[in-house]
Amino acid sequence: MSTRAPHVAGSRDMTYLEAISDGLRTEMRRDPSVLLMGEDIGGDFGGAFKVTRGFEAEFGPGRVINTPMTELAFIGAATGMALMGLRPVIEVQFADFISTGFDAIVQYAATTHYRWRAPVPWVIRAPADGGIRSGPFHSQNPEAWFVHTPGLKVVAPGTPADAKGLLLAAIRDNNPVIYLESKPLYRSLRGEVPSGDGAVPIGKARIARTGRDVTVITYGEMVRQALEAARQIQPGISAEVIDLRTLKPLDRTTVLASVRKTGRVVVVHAANRMAGLGAEITADLSESAFEYLDAPITRIGGLDTPVPFSPPLEDAYRPGAANIATAIRRTVSF
Amino acid sequence: MGPLPDDVCLDLHRWMRLTRTMDSQLLSLWRQGRGLGATFNQRGHEAISVGAGTALGPEDVVAPMHRDLGCYLVRGLSPRRIMANQLGRSTGVTGGRDANLHGCGDLSLNIIGFISHLPQSMPVALGAAMSFTYRREPRVAMTFAGDGSSCTGVFHETLNLAAVHKAPFVVIVENNQYAYSTPLHQQMAIEDIAVRGDAHGVASRVVDGNDVEAVFGTVKAAITRARQGDGPTLIEAKTMRMLGHAIHDGADYVPDALLEEWRARDPIGRYEEVLLERGVVDRKHIESVEAECAEVVADAVQFAESSPWPDPRTVTQGVYAS
Repeated sequence: MSTRAPHVAGSRDMTYLEAISDGLRTEMRRDPSVLLMGEDIGGDFGGAFKVTRGFEAEFGPGRVINTPMTELAFIGAATGMALMGLRPVIEVQFADFISTGFDAIVQYAATTHYRWRAPVPWVIRAPADGGIRSGPFHSQNPEAWFVHTPGLKVVAPGTPADAKGLLLAAIRDNNPVIYLESKPLYRSLRGEVPSGDGAVPIGKARIARTGRDVTVITYGEMVRQALEAARQIQPGISAEVIDLRTLKPLDRTTVLASVRKTGRVVVVHAANRMAGLGAEITADLSESAFEYLDAPITRIGGLDTPVPFSPPLEDAYRPGAANIATAIRRTVSF
Repeated sequence: MGPLPDDVCLDLHRWMRLTRTMDSQLLSLWRQGRGLGATFNQRGHEAISVGAGTALGPEDVVAPMHRDLGCYLVRGLSPRRIMANQLGRSTGVTGGRDANLHGCGDLSLNIIGFISHLPQSMPVALGAAMSFTYRREPRVAMTFAGDGSSCTGVFHETLNLAAVHKAPFVVIVENNQYAYSTPLHQQMAIEDIAVRGDAHGVASRVVDGNDVEAVFGTVKAAITRARQGDGPTLIEAKTMRMLGHAIHDGADYVPDALLEEWRARDPIGRYEEVLLERGVVDRKHIESVEAECAEVVADAVQFAESSPWPDPRTVTQGVYAS
């Protein structure tokens, strides 16, 4: 599936993946305190997904640091660099591998400012998400772990423009930010990306599509799926789609305004449903918007299993436009 | 190496005495029920934390742990702020947000705070060292680990990464024979933890952790080496934890004979004998240092106990940096 956005002045059409590279390159040219660390990111190789191809040639090996397989050490080292005033951006090769550096993230980096007021401005780029037949350990969506951790910020761009803009904002933020990339969008989603160094503010959701009858709240690749579902159900049903963009801190204002308008809600994510972000959003709306709701909130997410490999299994595991369309119809006809 | 200048000797002695006095005071406060939560015993570790801390230059960065009270003091963290942190007061280093010596970081003093998950400060200190290389600053980062934490994965990952980057980085492993209640032979099948450095291509040294001048000299040499661009060093300082893991721990699992053996090598008593013999100090000086330290610690206790508690309305403040 490929989508093409209308041309905007001062912008360039590029893939989601190219937009990430563009964001990194833009910020590294602007700010000498930004440097990169990760496995296989240097040289001509440029990382498992080639996001940093050509970076070592432009910025030198001192700023594009190839690391051994030592996530605890290099994420911890990023914290030390950040404490000394640098702004490291770490690539964990797949988001699935982020668990190998867990202590360095949730115990050390996330708590530091609360405990002794020292800012830790780093970004972890985590290639997340599945649907690309990569099995249990190259397909995960680990956002719930980090959304549950005080002191972290979590962003999950769903468009090329946001991939760049949120990356710029994440690097400039004075806190540790988990930047979740959606692998299925890497080369299949194109769009206009502003050429300058403008950031997309952290903590602000985007109305991806306006509608009257139901609010679909989602992020990452599921934005594309939700937009497709919204097309499938018109003209009978007018669905509003909210692209959260930032998962922590959540933009409750935008969500609440939409829910008050439509009175019906479907929450969608590719991560498994159990104790996922959808549970938090649903609980929050049941507390803060109960009187506006005309139907129970529907949650759609991955099954409570590891992410399976084989296409029939993964398709049964993973939500898509068809499930979302069905859920919308059910919610609207309640 | 010739004898150290007198002023360095006097400093080493004074900081060790202050560390011991403060530690003893903490013990007595807790026994009187005036403490809060846990406090970690320092006895036996004074020569390591003070010797290593004193070897650092002012621009160097250190990430001490829970047995390094002496290092925090040497680096300029005031007894008042430390004591207030121990008692959870608003005037403590963390304003009541973190316990005892945890989180006692202060970047204005080039101190990085630690977390309970030892040795998670180790890669953080390495990152500081790598930032010095990146900015071509002639600075060194140092950190501490224990025999227990030398068994973790992050310990080995960090040594490996430090060696690959030839980082200006020094790790002191305080081998105090026990990880909480677990003796060395149940932790590892090697004689010297120092070989864990060799395994990764990190220079290693073993030093008597109860000899403050030996610690100072060995660490100083490692720091000089790091500053010259010759890479990281692991120093294993052998000592004995003379009290329990923390205040609540009677450490009945430690054989009396072992404690007896190490008591004779007490880092402070031993150093006082050396200095007396060399004629650097007399008994009167030793007594006056003791009195001075007692006064400093009494003032810290008074300050801490009379400091306000943190305001509960501030509980959510500081989760994020602005």
